[in-house]
Amino acid sequence: MTQVVKARRHPRDSLLRSERLPHIWCPGCGIGIIMAAYADAIEASGIPPEKHVCISGIGCTGRVSGYMHLDSFHTTHGRAIAFATGLSLVRPDLEVTVISGDGDICTIGGNHLIHAARRNVDINVIMVNNFNYGMTGGQHGGTTPLGAKTYTSPYGNFEAPFNIPYLVAAAGASFVARWTTLHVRQLINAMKRMMSVEGFSFIEVISPCPPTFGEFNNFPEALDMMEYFRKYSVIDHNADLSKIGIRLQGEPLVVGNFVDKRRPSYQELVQETIRKAAGRESV
Amino acid sequence: MPITICWALSAQALKILREPINLALFRRPLGRVYVIPERCKECGFCWSFCPMDVLERSDEFNPNGYRYPKVKSGKENDCVNCKMCSLICPELAIYTVEVS
Repeated sequence: MTQVVKARRHPRDSLLRSERLPHIWCPGCGIGIIMAAYADAIEASGIPPEKHVCISGIGCTGRVSGYMHLDSFHTTHGRAIAFATGLSLVRPDLEVTVISGDGDICTIGGNHLIHAARRNVDINVIMVNNFNYGMTGGQHGGTTPLGAKTYTSPYGNFEAPFNIPYLVAAAGASFVARWTTLHVRQLINAMKRMMSVEGFSFIEVISPCPPTFGEFNNFPEALDMMEYFRKYSVIDHNADLSKIGIRLQGEPLVVGNFVDKRRPSYQELVQETIRKAAGRESV
Repeated sequence: MPITICWALSAQALKILREPINLALFRRPLGRVYVIPERCKECGFCWSFCPMDVLERSDEFNPNGYRYPKVKSGKENDCVNCKMCSLICPELAIYTVEVS
C-alpha cells in the first residue's frame, strides 16, 4: 500500500477553530508549530480550557488568538502584555498567556515587557522571534542580528539587537527559556512548566521566516533555517545569559530553560497589601 | 536532536552488547500515517525530519497546488509512531496513530 491514508480531522483540532484552517501563514513558517505546541501544552496542563485565555498583539503571530478555540483577545500593537496584566489582576483564577511576535513584544511593547517582568506579574509570555517585522514586509527591528540584510537595511543591519533572555532575567522574571521550532517536545514541556509557575514566565521561540528574512540571509527555504537549528543548537540550562546573543553566523545557538526561581508575584503582593490596608483576613 | 544518529547508534549498540534478558518484553511500535491533503503547504519538514525516513513528496497536488507527503513504497511498516511529523508540521496536516 503506497497510497497515503487521507483524513479530514487532526487529533489536535479540538482546541483550534479548525474551520479556519489552512491558516494564513506562509509555507514553512514556524508559528503553526508553536500554536500546535501551545494546544498540546493546554491539554497536558491539567487546567480546563475554559480557564485559559490567549492574548496577542499585532503581527503574523497575532493571528494565533483568532485560530485558538479559547477566550482570546487581539490587542493593539505592543499592548498585549498591558492588557494581560489588567486581566490577570481582575481575574486571578484565569491562566493568561500572551503569544506575540518579537516586533510586538520586544520592540514596540518593550517597556511593557520589562515592567511586567520587574513586577513579576503572573502571566505567561510566548515570544516568537523571527528577527524582523514579517507582516509589514520585512523591516528590521530590535531583534535583527548585526549585519543581517532586510528590506530596510539592504547593506546590513548596524543596530545591535537585544539579548532577550538576558534582558528579561535581569528584570526579574520567574521563568525564562529559549527554544527553537525544531525542539518541539522540549518546547511543550517548557510551556507546561510555564503554566504552573506563579510569576512572570517567558519563552523565546526562534522561528524561520523564509519569505521576508530568510531570503536575504542565506536561508531561502524554511528547511535551511531548520537545518541551521539542527546543526548549531546547544542545550545548556545553566548558560551564562550575557553570552547567548544571536548573530546567525555559525556560532552556538544556546537554548534551554535558563531561569526557574520562586519570587512573590504581583498578584500576591497586591492581595497582601489590600488585606493589610483593610485590616482583615479576606477581601 | 539528531534522532537519526540515535537510531543508528542504538542499532549498532545492540549488535555489540549482549542481548538484554527482557528484550522479548519490548515490542517495536507500528504507526500508520494519516495526511490531510487540503492543509499541506509543501514545506518539507515531515520528510526531512522523519527519523525513520518513511515519508517523501507525492506526485499528486492538492487544490492549492502543493504536493503533500506520502509513505515511501517499501517502507509501509517502518513507521514507529514517534510523532515527529505530527509535532513539526506547521499546518496540522499529518499525524500518526499506533496500530496494535
